[in-house]
Amino acid sequence: MAQSLAKEFTKGLWAEIPPFRLVLGLCPTLAVTKSVENGIGMGLATTFVLVFSNLLISLLRNVIPPKVRIACYIVIIATFVTIVELVMQAYTYPLFLTLGIFIPLIVVNCIVLGRAEAFASKNTPVLAVADGLGIGIGFTLSLASLGAVREIIGAGTITIWGGNPVFAVGDWYHPFSFMVEAPGAFVALGLMLAGMNLIGKK
Amino acid sequence: MREMISMIVVLTLLASVSGGLLAAVKSGTELRIEEQVLKFQKAPAIESLFSDVTNDPLKERFTLDTGDRTLQIFPGKMKDGSRAVAFETSGKGGYGGDIGLMVGINVDSDQLVGARVTTHAETPGLGSRAKDDLTFVSQFNSRPLDANLALKADNGSIDAISGATVTSRAVTRAAIQAQELYSQLKPEILKQIQ
Repeated sequence: MAQSLAKEFTKGLWAEIPPFRLVLGLCPTLAVTKSVENGIGMGLATTFVLVFSNLLISLLRNVIPPKVRIACYIVIIATFVTIVELVMQAYTYPLFLTLGIFIPLIVVNCIVLGRAEAFASKNTPVLAVADGLGIGIGFTLSLASLGAVREIIGAGTITIWGGNPVFAVGDWYHPFSFMVEAPGAFVALGLMLAGMNLIGKK
Repeated sequence: MREMISMIVVLTLLASVSGGLLAAVKSGTELRIEEQVLKFQKAPAIESLFSDVTNDPLKERFTLDTGDRTLQIFPGKMKDGSRAVAFETSGKGGYGGDIGLMVGINVDSDQLVGARVTTHAETPGLGSRAKDDLTFVSQFNSRPLDANLALKADNGSIDAISGATVTSRAVTRAAIQAQELYSQLKPEILKQIQ
């Protein structure tokens, strides 16, 4: 039990890390990773939704009629997304403004629905939570690292939650602002995918 | 038939539970969200409008009933002793929905102090200049209350932002709405701020 729990949790961190291995959830991945802060915020919001929707879907897996299961999943997921949206508005308003439309769009994020359909609906609640947590943290780490690459190359600094930059390349560096624009997202993601494949090559 | 009923029952139950839960979260966060909007959207606009007031307009805010909604009014005491109020109106028909405009009006001289865009969803770089670039909204500075604040294209007196006529028109609608609201509410405002 403990072994499979650990397995379900860690698979999301490397073997099935969503944007890099499964190449899922690219819309938020490309759109919000202008900075580390945005990446972490988006990742944590998605993690919250994943964990709770997985838990609830797994608890209700014997109650939900198979023919309307997708409709039920969407209702559950949409509820948690709206909760996240309201809570972010109440407590992290500036982040809510920058993430904007991508928070409500978590409802149609294929990672969340994919985990519900492929995993939570067939496994026990404990395993489903471990799976959601693992995939969610993997997603957060991916967005943060992609955000870090883009922010360092594109702006030369990393700033988290206002105040002074926590990391700066130095004054000699001329920011390559292409990387924080939309095309830079594709280039950075492509290079990171290539890097992941290079490391993972057997 | 049994399957049909179970589908209907499960979906209905799920939807009503989630509806109830969301209503609870919404009412729980409502006050806090209002505070955040005040702090991050309205406060900067008011500070920029009333740069030399001697009081705290945010703290002294009060609400007035306009008939169809309640309006938050922020009173300011100008350095020269005159009194002013600021309130937010919304201009219909922006490119990305309504545009919020904080309008300051000097109560003693019946002149506009100025106007600042608060909330908007306009195109970055085009319509968003209504908020970021103060040259457009500074056209409202010191206008008399009976001035025609429509766009020049609409026989008014305001120059539109080039490339963002739709946005500019929505902003002028908000300004005109502010003129109307003010003339309607002036007696009550005077009663409140003396």
